[in-house]
Amino acid sequence: MIMDMNTPLTKNIKPDRAFATLDNYLSTGGYEGLRIAIKELTPLDVQRAVKDAGLRGRGGAGFPTGLKWSFVPMGEDAPRPKYLVVNGDEMEPGAFKDRLLIERDPHQLVEGVIISAYAIEASMAYIFLRGEYHLGAQRMKQAIAEAYDRHYLGKNILGSDYSLELHVHTSAGRYICGEETALLNALEGKRANPRAKPPFPQISGLWGKPTVVNNVETLCNVPHILHYGVDWYQELGRGEDKGTKLFGASGRIKRPGLWELPMGTPIREILEVHAGGMQEGFRLRGFLPGGASTDFLLPEHLDVPMDYGAIEKAGSRIGTATMIILDDKTCPVAMVLNLEQFFAQESCGWCTPCRDGLPWVVSILQDILNGRGRMDDLDTLARHTRLLGPGNTYCALAPGAMGPLQSALKYFRADFERFIRQNTEGIGRMTTKNTKGFSLSAVEGGQ
Amino acid sequence: MTEDRKQETENRKQRDASCLFPVSCLLPSEIEAIKAEAGHYETPSAASIEALKIVQKNRGWISDESLKEIAALLGMAPAELDGVATFYNLIYRRPVGDTVVHYCNSASCWMLGAEKVRERFCERLGIELGETTKDGEFTLLPIVCLGACDHAPVVMVGESIHHDVDEQQVDRILDGKR
Repeated sequence: MIMDMNTPLTKNIKPDRAFATLDNYLSTGGYEGLRIAIKELTPLDVQRAVKDAGLRGRGGAGFPTGLKWSFVPMGEDAPRPKYLVVNGDEMEPGAFKDRLLIERDPHQLVEGVIISAYAIEASMAYIFLRGEYHLGAQRMKQAIAEAYDRHYLGKNILGSDYSLELHVHTSAGRYICGEETALLNALEGKRANPRAKPPFPQISGLWGKPTVVNNVETLCNVPHILHYGVDWYQELGRGEDKGTKLFGASGRIKRPGLWELPMGTPIREILEVHAGGMQEGFRLRGFLPGGASTDFLLPEHLDVPMDYGAIEKAGSRIGTATMIILDDKTCPVAMVLNLEQFFAQESCGWCTPCRDGLPWVVSILQDILNGRGRMDDLDTLARHTRLLGPGNTYCALAPGAMGPLQSALKYFRADFERFIRQNTEGIGRMTTKNTKGFSLSAVEGGQ
Repeated sequence: MTEDRKQETENRKQRDASCLFPVSCLLPSEIEAIKAEAGHYETPSAASIEALKIVQKNRGWISDESLKEIAALLGMAPAELDGVATFYNLIYRRPVGDTVVHYCNSASCWMLGAEKVRERFCERLGIELGETTKDGEFTLLPIVCLGACDHAPVVMVGESIHHDVDEQQVDRILDGKR
């Protein structure tokens, strides 16, 4: 029980069961948070509790959840219907945390949705799932049906005046749908281009109505804050930030996986204790601490705690907190090319810097790896990190894509230069047509 | 559905009925499923992705005829719906094999041998990426991160995810399917 209290998000996820059933969930205090919220608290009380707890968004941006909710117009004059939307479009390379929560403890998410929808007086909620999560969709639908049967959902929840409908929307595979406003366009059945902000979704979101979009893991925290209290939740963090978080790691480590640990756990502890360190014959060269859209960090940053502020100070972002490990036998330039190819493909094409800039970055990186690079290509790449940086596009896809590139140029510059020096003939991209595409398998690390 | 929209849909249906393409290629069961999905939203067009998936599940892909009929059903212009259909990785606007094999080529899988997996699929199936086998059984496509990086390399065969895939497992997957 003591252990369970330290790992609220995963306490029902056991190796010996496929997923937590409704009975499993109820047996560890499931839907108690909902009962407390609906029977004892007003929506504004719930908002205050989540704000005081210090919960921050777990989808990447880290915006304080209670503060996000507080921008929703409340009271009788507020525009209706209001919506709560769950962002379950987990598609960032390296991220696999929300899938665990969706597939293995679906009722936790359902309860989180109901309490959070109550907090903003929403009457309709959608769970937006990426198209590839077939098993997750099936389990969520089952859990929702059970929640309706028990009057946790539907009209007059638990005998109160509050009513909520919840529907699962499955997407069809596009990274940009994870961007809050692009997700709203996708839910409306349109092409998932991001919207201009302001107005923010809390004022004008889905079909122009007040809407909150929260990440899966964020919402899974909410039932526990209500059930066990703000003080208990704040005690869970080890550093600046509060609560626990799913941390993950993949790459050439001994035990790739996910672990629920207190916010503020040092990176070294995650990689060396939980992930078991590097595989035999491989050394740690660097890592992306929060998935594909975060800046590389180096072994010298291993003692940085996994807190929003601390990782930012080190020059990166906590992002989804699922790390991708770069080992010494994988070429960092080729890895950056792989990442930029992903972003170039998944750009929605709405904003010019992103639509045109990312393929250009890919093309330059391919040339460099093919031995057709020039030293001034590095300047062109650096210029792109500014042109595609914050403020020049509607959403954060392009700035995110520049994270690994700008940090690789800083930390792995010698690798770029080594490839460029192989271009002994001085052939540049502008003078010849490169018709032969670079194969990622051609360099070390690409296998 | 508002009255206006109902009327609009009705008009469109009548227009379609007089055109050259065979209409009512959508089955009553498909139409029913699409209407049920549309009922969860403010506007029928919000069910566009689900509608495309319902039809694709039955027919394997979205033909121009299917697209046109789904658009009419949802009160959308065909071009508007095509804009949605072509936006997504998992909606196919060309015929695909009975089973679509998606191999993940994002960072973690790439690092841990995704290219070897792709090569083995190509070799065994005798096709390149984006192609369909002659017998129409398999199509091989790349896909972005499938959210199982702790078990890289990852492959999605139909709707099922395969973990820690190596060349031997590629053989087992294909032998099990054939």
